[in-house]
Parts: sequence; structure tokens; C-alpha cells
Amino acid sequence: MILDSFIWRAALAGVGVALAAAPLGCFVVWRRLAYFGDATAHAAILGVALALSAGLPVFLGALVIALAMASLVASLSGRNVAMDTLLGVLAHSALAIGIVAVSFLDGVRIDLMAFLFGDILAVSRMDLAVIWGGAMAVVGLLGWRWSALLTATLNEDLARASGIDPQREKLILTLTLAVVVAVSIKVVGVLLIGAMLIVPPAAARVFAKTPEQMAVLAGGIGVTSALGGLAASWHLDTPTGPTIVSVAAAIFLACTIFGLIRRTRQQA
Amino acid sequence: MPELSDRARDMSLIEARDVTVRLGGATILSHVSLTIRPGEIVTIVGPNGSGKSTLLKTLLGAVTPTQGQVIARPGLRVGYVPQKLHIDPTLPLPVLRFLSLPKAVPKTLARKSLERTGVAALADRQVADLSGGQMQRVLLARAILNDPEVLVLDEATQGLDQSGSAAFYRLIEDLRGDLGCAVLMVSHELHVVMAASDRVICLNGHVCCEGAPEHVASAPEYRALFGTGTQGALALYRHEHNHSHDHAHDHPHEAAE
Repeated sequence: MILDSFIWRAALAGVGVALAAAPLGCFVVWRRLAYFGDATAHAAILGVALALSAGLPVFLGALVIALAMASLVASLSGRNVAMDTLLGVLAHSALAIGIVAVSFLDGVRIDLMAFLFGDILAVSRMDLAVIWGGAMAVVGLLGWRWSALLTATLNEDLARASGIDPQREKLILTLTLAVVVAVSIKVVGVLLIGAMLIVPPAAARVFAKTPEQMAVLAGGIGVTSALGGLAASWHLDTPTGPTIVSVAAAIFLACTIFGLIRRTRQQA
Repeated sequence: MPELSDRARDMSLIEARDVTVRLGGATILSHVSLTIRPGEIVTIVGPNGSGKSTLLKTLLGAVTPTQGQVIARPGLRVGYVPQKLHIDPTLPLPVLRFLSLPKAVPKTLARKSLERTGVAALADRQVADLSGGQMQRVLLARAILNDPEVLVLDEATQGLDQSGSAAFYRLIEDLRGDLGCAVLMVSHELHVVMAASDRVICLNGHVCCEGAPEHVASAPEYRALFGTGTQGALALYRHEHNHSHDHAHDHPHEAAE
């Protein structure tokens, strides 16, 4: 049984997270929500602390707090406030308060690094079930609302005239973001979830001609990064989460350079 | 214009009845009543902050009136052209795919629609690469896909030069002729827009005056709002206005003061 091997469980966990992060990450990029993703992810560490102190599953605590943070930010974004500053305040405060909260938890021995940067090699069967359950729910939800989400992303008035409620679509993105954050903690940690959302779609943009191509390519790049990062960290004995993101960054760099060369050739 | 029976003409497509909209404590619209009938071109003009966009949103159902009501004919097909479409360069979207959002349409229909607005050659281009004028025609092509009964345009020629917007309005008139749809537009380009309209509604929080373009252009309420800075509009109509108007409006004229 391959699930008996921790390396296979790690590989499957990485693939699951990459598949869910890719289509959601596309919307994060298209709507310029990078900071929004960070704020939600950083808040999750507070959820981890609360869950551990209450003896609840870490996933549940992270999900609830991530959802609360995402809803808060989403409701503020409709109003006339300086979003950039506010998101910066929220993202960093949430992270700091979360870490302070974790430090209060004596009695339980907690590896803080595991929550900040992931601990993919320690993924259990139960974790794997949660990751894949969450990932499939996210992909299913985004696939079901794909056209409506795209229309609302282009222009809210246009969406409304087509009978789409932009607020509802925003809620779906908020919800899926919270789920992705919660299932990604074990794999890349709260600090690097933002990278899994942004980097693969950004690399895919160079080759994509349609939104669907971009989502599929981002998924491919995400999976390649997860598996490549896992292999690299195995051989180099480096922390796995950051290695996965480093591989994704290397792919992004290669794609971007390729795109630049292609453009100069076309102009020549 | 296509032939319409008197009965069809009487049947309103969208009607606002005594609509008042308050947003965040401020009264944006007060006691606005208007009717859009099949096949007519209605233009809403008004200075900045006069509630034009809010009125349009209220008529489309995106804003709920604080008082009064908006009645749209059940199952009304609306074609909407937004003010502008800012599309993030990170979103790859060919024109044909854009026309299939949110509802997939057959490619032949999409191409025919693009042909009708004069941009058939742009079918495979990326939306993010289009110029302002090309974008407006693509948006128009998308709006006429569902054979609309009413086309709604929100400042559709913003960013186009004068000859560009004149050509765009000629296209709208042609489309109205072909499709027999009503057209409701909001604009600040008085002289170009008014010439193409059957009816002009001058708005400044309330309906200041309403009627045929010539009538509105010479109305004192309109002149009070736009002053003499709108030579184009006035010059266009003044020559046939050596007679006097007695403005038998049945509403107060607060805004003219």
C-alpha cells in the first residue's frame, strides 16, 4: 500500500494542494488579491494556536479563523478604505498575534516552524484525506461557478446585467481561499501559502491564451513544483515547503525569460 | 425604424415610478419617473454627480430604490455596455471567448455579432490588447448577442475622440434599425448624443426636463445646468427655435435655481 510510505503521502499531499491552489490562484492574480491571500494565510496561525489550546483539530481551527479573516477583509474591501495599508496591518498583526498565542501554549510541545513553513513529511493518512477532500471541494466549486466568477472578475456591472450577483461570487472565492489555506498549512506552512497561489499562475500566464489554459497550466506547474521540491529536499536535505516554493520560483523565472526572448524575437 | 403596432409601442419595457434613492444618507435621486418604450432611443444627460449612473443601475436592478419602484417587463432581454472594461493584463482572454461569458454561444453567432459591429477581424485577438474604440465595439457585439429588447449604454464613448464617438452613435442607430430594440444611454457628450436621440431626459437628482432633443436643448432648466459652455448642443438646435416654449411641466424645478 503506497499510503504506508511517508514519501508517497507527502507527494500526494503536495499534488492535492497544488491542484486546488492553481485555479484559485488564477483568480487571486486576475483580481489582484495577493495581499488578501497573505492576510488570510497569516491569520490561520492564530487558528492553529486556538485549536491546539482547545484540543481541536488544527485544520478546523485554521479553517474557522481563515474564514473569519477572509470575510472581514472581503467586507472591508467594498468600503472606501485604503485597502493596501489595511491589509498590511491585518496580515502582519494576525501573524504576530498568532505566534504570540502559540508561545502561550506550554504543556504541548509545538514545533512552530512546522506551522510556519509546513511539515509535509509528517502528513498522516487523516491529513491526506482532509487535504484531498478540501482540494476536490475547492476545484469542484470553482469549476461549477467558473463562468460566473470570470464574468464578475471582468466587470461587476456586466455581471449584474447578466443576472450574476458579484457579491455571491466574491463569497465563493473567500470560502475557497479559507479552505485552501487550511489544507495547505501542513504542506507549505502559513508563510508560503501565498506563494503556492501566486507563483504557478504567474508562470502559466506566459503560455496561456485562455483563462482555462492558464488554470490547467498553473496546475501542472504547481504539481511539478511540489514533486520536484520534494525530490530536491530529499536529496539536498533541505526544508521541504521552502524547497517546493523555490522550485516554483525557478520555473517562474524560466517561463518569464522565455516570454521575454519570445517577445523580442517577435518584435525583431 | 421597424414597424411596431400602437399596442406594442404603449407597452413599456422598463418603467420607473416615483423612484427615490438614498445612499449613505445622501439623496441621489428624488421622485424620478420615466418609461422606456420599445424601439425608442432615450438619452439621459446631466452634470457630474447628477445621479445618471445610479439611475441606470436602479433601472437595471443593481440598486434598490429607497422609495418608489422599477418595473421591468418579465423576461426582458437587456444588452448592457459598461462604461469601460478594465481587464487585468494577467488575464488571457480572446475576444471570441469573452463573447461566450457567462453563457456559451455558438462561434458562428459570435462572429456574426462581431461583423455587425465592424470588428470581425478582432475575433482571435486578446481583449487586453484592444484599443478603446475596438473595445467598445466588442462590448457592443457582446451586448447584442441575445437579441436584446433594450440596449443599455453607460457613457459608452468615454475615451473616444469626436469622430470615433460620432461613428459609434451612428452604429447604435443602425443597430436599433436592424434589431428594433430600444436604446437607453447615459452620456455627457450632449451635442452628439442628443442628435441621435428620440427623447432626452435631463437629470440633476430629479428629472429637470424631458422631451425631444430640440425641446430639451432650449429648455431653461437645461441651460441653467449646462450654461453656455455647450455651444455645440445649442448651435445644433437654436436655428429652428425662434418660437417660444411654454414649459408645462408638472413637477417643481428646484435644480434650476
